[in-house]
Amino acid sequence: MGASRILIVDDEPQIRRFLRVSLTAHGFEISEAANAKEALQSVSSDPPALIVLDLGLPDRDGQALLPDLRAICPAPVIVLSVRADEREKVRALDAGAADYIVKPFGMPEFLARVRAALRVRSPPEAAPIYTVGDLHIDIARHRVTLDGRSIRLSRREFDLLAVLAAHAGRVVTHTQLLREIWGPVHEQDTQYLRVYVRQLRDKLGDDPLRPRFIENEPGVGYRLLEPEAYPQAPTE
Amino acid sequence: MVEEERPSPDALLAETRREGRGRLKIFLGAAPGVGKTYEMLSVARRRRAEGIDVVVGIVETHGRTETMALLEGLPLLPRLRVHYRGRDFEELDLDALLARKPKLALVDELAHTNVPGSRHEKRYQDVDELLNAGIDVFTTLNVQHIESLNDLVERITGVKVRERLPDRVLETAEEIELIDLPPEELTKRLREGKVYVPEEAQRAVENFFSRGNLLVLRELAMRMAVERVDADLQSYMRARAIEGPWPARGRILVCIGADQQAEQLVRLGKRIADRRQLPWTTLHVQTSRAEELRESQREYLQAAFTLAEQLGARAESINGSGIASEVLAYAATQNVTEIVVGRSRRRLAQLRLRPALAWALLERGNDFEITVASQADDARAKDTSSTERSVIRPLHIRPYAESAIAVALATGVAWILDQYLGIGDVSLVYLFAVLIAAIRHGLLPGLFASVLASLAFNFFFTDPRFTLQVTSPDNLLSILFFLLVSVIGGNLAARLRAQIRITRESAEQSGLLFDFSRRIAGAVSAEDLLRATCQYLTETLDFESIALRAYRDAGLGDPIGVTEPPALIDIDRGAAEWAAAHGEPAGSGTGTLPASWWLFAPLGTAQRPIAVIGLNLGAKRASLTPEQRRLFFSMRDQAATALERILLTEDVKRAQLISESDRLRSALLSSVSHDLRTPLASIIGSASGLKELGDNASPAARRELTTTILEEAQRLNRFVQNLLDMTRLGHGALTPRSDWCDLRELIGRARARLDQPLHEHRLEVTIATDAEIVYADPALLEQVIVNVLDNAAKFSPPGSRVDIAASVLADDIVIAVTDEGPGIPPAERERVFDMFYRVRHRDQRRPGTGLGLAICKGFVEAMGGHIAVRAGREGHGTRIEISLPRREPPRSRLTEAA
Repeated sequence: MGASRILIVDDEPQIRRFLRVSLTAHGFEISEAANAKEALQSVSSDPPALIVLDLGLPDRDGQALLPDLRAICPAPVIVLSVRADEREKVRALDAGAADYIVKPFGMPEFLARVRAALRVRSPPEAAPIYTVGDLHIDIARHRVTLDGRSIRLSRREFDLLAVLAAHAGRVVTHTQLLREIWGPVHEQDTQYLRVYVRQLRDKLGDDPLRPRFIENEPGVGYRLLEPEAYPQAPTE
Repeated sequence: MVEEERPSPDALLAETRREGRGRLKIFLGAAPGVGKTYEMLSVARRRRAEGIDVVVGIVETHGRTETMALLEGLPLLPRLRVHYRGRDFEELDLDALLARKPKLALVDELAHTNVPGSRHEKRYQDVDELLNAGIDVFTTLNVQHIESLNDLVERITGVKVRERLPDRVLETAEEIELIDLPPEELTKRLREGKVYVPEEAQRAVENFFSRGNLLVLRELAMRMAVERVDADLQSYMRARAIEGPWPARGRILVCIGADQQAEQLVRLGKRIADRRQLPWTTLHVQTSRAEELRESQREYLQAAFTLAEQLGARAESINGSGIASEVLAYAATQNVTEIVVGRSRRRLAQLRLRPALAWALLERGNDFEITVASQADDARAKDTSSTERSVIRPLHIRPYAESAIAVALATGVAWILDQYLGIGDVSLVYLFAVLIAAIRHGLLPGLFASVLASLAFNFFFTDPRFTLQVTSPDNLLSILFFLLVSVIGGNLAARLRAQIRITRESAEQSGLLFDFSRRIAGAVSAEDLLRATCQYLTETLDFESIALRAYRDAGLGDPIGVTEPPALIDIDRGAAEWAAAHGEPAGSGTGTLPASWWLFAPLGTAQRPIAVIGLNLGAKRASLTPEQRRLFFSMRDQAATALERILLTEDVKRAQLISESDRLRSALLSSVSHDLRTPLASIIGSASGLKELGDNASPAARRELTTTILEEAQRLNRFVQNLLDMTRLGHGALTPRSDWCDLRELIGRARARLDQPLHEHRLEVTIATDAEIVYADPALLEQVIVNVLDNAAKFSPPGSRVDIAASVLADDIVIAVTDEGPGIPPAERERVFDMFYRVRHRDQRRPGTGLGLAICKGFVEAMGGHIAVRAGREGHGTRIEISLPRREPPRSRLTEAA
């Protein structure tokens, strides 16, 4: 199989151009769509590995297009938008977007998100092992090691870390986290999260002023940071 | 009424309309032969001598030698020969005159009818064309040709004048000169054959030039000229807003009483005013007897006032003790020339001691022409009023009872004096009782007491005692004195009481007005003021009241009322609009749209109406009493003055606001142009450099240029963020979405965002454990921290330290950012939060928009906190303190579970 193909949906030719140039340089294949109609055509005729979607499209709002794209194509969607409001972010993420990037953005950040979104996870085995930098998380054995040292976590702390690790590099909304760890009843109880994130950070020795592992996206959710950029695009 | 003090637009318009147009001068005479043409030519010669270009368009000399002599030396325009029905006529050559275009043209006989086939039917139309062409015109006219006097002239002289001149032509004349010749002279000239007699009058020549006719015509001509002078004077004064009174004209004053004759007097006044062409006023003086005004009398008075206003009079009511003196005093101040008064009825029952008003005025009003009107249906009036009195006025028992008691007491005292002290003449005791009764209760009880006293005195103390026989003339005299004293005392007392009542009433009124002025002084907006006015009017007059703002171009606004303003039907609204448009009251009780339930009075002048206030009279089917009327209009005037003041203040404020927003706009412009362009310049410069170098760029140069592009773009991004935040604040639509957040996370994010601006500074973060969790909108607080840190980095030297510390202080969590920069002078510490404000240090201009701290202030205050500037460590640098209210974080039961 060749390089992963990325569909860029944006009505601004300049944006498409610099994305194309940068992404091609990093070994991706690119196809482009200037509006929602073209995007849907492109996706149904030749499904891409990843979709980069602008919200401000001329013929249809990206927020409305997103579920349609998700319905016909399993590829992850990264939303690119000038809309910085947290509610827009949460809405897109809850509608199935893999990530949300506010324009303007830097290329290293963008590439990191692309890789995170594209990372092909091992098929859901019974007990995957996540490695995020020096952090190893063994789901089956319920063990976490940092720099080889074992760290004792409570069950909730472990669950939290596990969910974040499963989406490493991507923001997980409060709602998603709460639903997966405490169940749908507690979707609004964000203070639970705050408390557990704090405890988890303490145990991981993470400084919120200069986070190494867990980053807060205020009003949106948390993200487990990936420490290093990959030298090239992951290939199969 | 409000006097116009602004130049009337109509008058100014009339003045300007004259500009560019030629001026018309009319030499007006009473009859042919008075010397109009002669005078016209004399004046024209003088003008020519002054160097003015004069041309004689057409002048009829009628073969008179003196006149012909005057034509000598004046340029004559050849006449136009017109052939009509086999005859030749000579007419004014209009086209030639227009082509010649002199400064001044002489055109005789303004009323002349042109021969059929000429351009215009009448000569005055030719003259009009000349005037329009900018040519001044001198012309002549006999008074009998004036349209409005035509009937009169025909009636007097028996001559039907065919050539008539519309009055409006006279009105366009700049100047009218009356050429007067005494009738004797004219008759003499006529006999000497020096007068040309017009064709129409040939047969009636004897008749026409009779001495009586000439006198009448002369008076007409004079009056015409005088009226012109008055009109000129008025339009001159109006155009220049000179306040009246204009002495050249007078005013008719119609004095009315509260009786049936009042309306008749008003009608008579209207006729006189029309005849004299003078403005007029209806005046009622309220005196002692006003106290006794019965319902029917009030109605008479109101009906008369209503009628007067309908007929165009000013209606006034004043308080005073003596009618004659009040009338004369009023007349003296109001430029009155003629007083109309009714002949007073003397009612026996009233036994008035004062002379009839008419007599008093005739005696004392030497400066005025006084007309005494006779009474048309006196008898009927008397009848109705007397029956009404007995029906309407109930007899009060109490005063009579008290009078009787006084007499009884007097009898007792007199008895004691007589029996025990042996004082024979006790009539004085009775006199005293009579006096007391008269003073206390007025005339009738006084008379009653005097009768009782006479009887008692007669019965008890005169011989023969215990009979009512009168034998001695002394006793008769006593009885007479009792009566006299009671009349005098009663009258005096009544007058005194009335005086007191009037004083009290006017004190009450001035109290009300004062109270009103105080109440409206507090109003800051026009709506406030109008609402207060309505409220006050409703309270004092007991009629529902509303106000409507009047806008110059947009008509009337919505009604403003004390409570829910009522719905106005079309006729009400029509009345309100009329009042606003004409500057006069309209609606109920006036001559305009009286079917409306509302009485509307305008505030301001007809030229500039500001508002209209209305009283709902209809609901009660009532009309205003003279006092209410006076109060209503006084308050209206006061409100108008206050409203003018408020509107002026609003104008000034608006002007200030505009200049303030102008200042902001220019500040924004300079900020945007500087702060957008600087980073753009770096970006464009670096990018184009990079492109131009291409592969020749050394890796180091390439890195440097790309770094510049990136950093400058990020700076631009921050600036745009600021502008966006500013607009969020400006719209007032900023509602924080507060939640519990970890301050360390926010500071961490802020630091990450400011990586580049802060990389040369040492950032020290100290956060107390109990200040870690704050309740705030994370996005807003993050932006605040970014702005404050950015500011600190910008204004402090590279390598210096920037501290950010958070701690709990009383009920607040205080986030303080301290730098080692130059600091902000105490005087400017408040102002740094103003938009576009930048602290200046000599000529140094720091980068920055002047927006950052203004945004911080807006955001922090939106979150319920406050922000302040203090001096930094040991008085150096700047310390910015953000205080947010501290809340106890919810204790999660999950904490324990962990």
